[in-house]
Amino acid sequence: MKKIAQFGYLAAIFIFLYAPIAALIILSFNESKYMSSWGGFSLKWYESMLNSDLIMSALQNTLYIAIISSVVATIIGTAACMGINHMKKLPRTIVMGLTNVPMLNADIVTGISLMLCFLAFGITLSMQTVILAHITFNIPYVILSVMPRIKQLEPSTFEAAMDLGASRSYAFVKVVLPDIMPGILSGFLLAFTMSLDDFIITHFTKGAGINTISTLVYAELRKGIKPNLYALSTVLFVSVLILLIIMNLPKREKKVKTVNNKENYT
Amino acid sequence: MRKQLAAGPYLIWMIGFTVIPLILIVYYGLTDTTGAFTLNNIMAIAEPQRMAALIRSLQLSLICTVICLFLAYPLAMILKNLSRGGKSGLMIFIFILPMWMNFLLRTMAWQVILSRNGLLNTFLNSIGLPSVNLINTNAAIVFGMVYNYLPFMVLPLYNVLVKISNDTIEAAHDLGASWLQTFFRVILPLSVPGIISGITMVFVPALTTFVISDILGGGLILLIGNVIEQEFTFTANWHLGSGLSLILMIFILFSMFLIAKYDKEGNGTAF
Repeated sequence: MKKIAQFGYLAAIFIFLYAPIAALIILSFNESKYMSSWGGFSLKWYESMLNSDLIMSALQNTLYIAIISSVVATIIGTAACMGINHMKKLPRTIVMGLTNVPMLNADIVTGISLMLCFLAFGITLSMQTVILAHITFNIPYVILSVMPRIKQLEPSTFEAAMDLGASRSYAFVKVVLPDIMPGILSGFLLAFTMSLDDFIITHFTKGAGINTISTLVYAELRKGIKPNLYALSTVLFVSVLILLIIMNLPKREKKVKTVNNKENYT
Repeated sequence: MRKQLAAGPYLIWMIGFTVIPLILIVYYGLTDTTGAFTLNNIMAIAEPQRMAALIRSLQLSLICTVICLFLAYPLAMILKNLSRGGKSGLMIFIFILPMWMNFLLRTMAWQVILSRNGLLNTFLNSIGLPSVNLINTNAAIVFGMVYNYLPFMVLPLYNVLVKISNDTIEAAHDLGASWLQTFFRVILPLSVPGIISGITMVFVPALTTFVISDILGGGLILLIGNVIEQEFTFTANWHLGSGLSLILMIFILFSMFLIAKYDKEGNGTAF
């Protein structure tokens, strides 16, 4: 009885979470423009999506911003972890407290404050300002993913490598880096997805005429839904699904681990 | 000494792009266009339309937070029970997968379902029931909020619940506690850090959103987020917009304080 109730509850939440996504996927194949009638199976909205310069350039911008901002954030964030780890207690507490600010702050306040800052210093809003803003909110996710790995590091292994004649940089690359690599990778992926998904901060820091997927959808929705957005949703959902499955495929154990990482840091 | 320098670029970055921008909001919020000190931008919240938006935001985000808590707690408990059998990994994956989809597209999906000629009404009409009018109402906005922010409640709750040892729960049973007693005297108190961070993780974005109300409220229902956004994008009154943002920051600071107080180990934090 208890099992049935539990299963029923899981199923109800599952339907609540997936019904909207399923609806978008089904509508993306609908020949009819109207969502209330089924006009037969069609791929025309996919064709319309691929032919839309607006959607394609937004997709390109989104990927460009996400890749650059997450790579830069990963480098700055990982270096920051090394430094923070060697700080005394008081400065470390202050820096880690500061790290939490962009994450706990409301996106609208972060977005507005960055916009004010750019404009106050005479920087014109453009694609570059969006990238700077994305790096800013991405670094904390990298730090929170890498920091636990650095804390687990055994300092003696690094010293042992040096005693055995390795140079500082060689010992770092061969001994320290492999140990913290999983943290760096999950921080990078987290930063990448946060950047892909962001709307509010992009909305305030973007220059005129530059769109990411999020800002494009927002602008389009004010004019009414175009069915090629259903096709876009389907393509994005399926690519995320495939990406996650590939990432989790090699080992069953590893899957649980990755999911746990997402859980801890998302 | 040299090793600490690795944090240098980050510190410069944080000062340039987090500290200075926040100081600028405070500066703009407390000055007028001539640069003189004033509290008028903050007092502007008392204007009836803005006050109504703030109160509506507080109401809707509170309702959303309560619904999320009551939906997520049983879900997190079930996931914890499954984790005993080692089956929870895939389950958690399933429940966070929708989070990876674009936020705007997820919200758009609810517009598709709830709109006047949308899927819900098509379905209701086809089984002979009358249409319901949900789009552009407060209810639609709450639907959108719960849908988008539910995972932020589930994850911190699951993270604390899964750390409660089953021995602790069995000990309570052995000592004669009923299921209800065990829940209220053992499990619930131990999960307080998760509850607190779940509440703030849901409440802050729900309170400050302007996207969900724009898309599901049809631009007719203004939340405080919409009021502030319009000050920046339409009227371009930075001073007034910053002043109103300072009021939002009071709520944000209060929730940061709550997290710091109840979640010292940072276990329950979803981020």
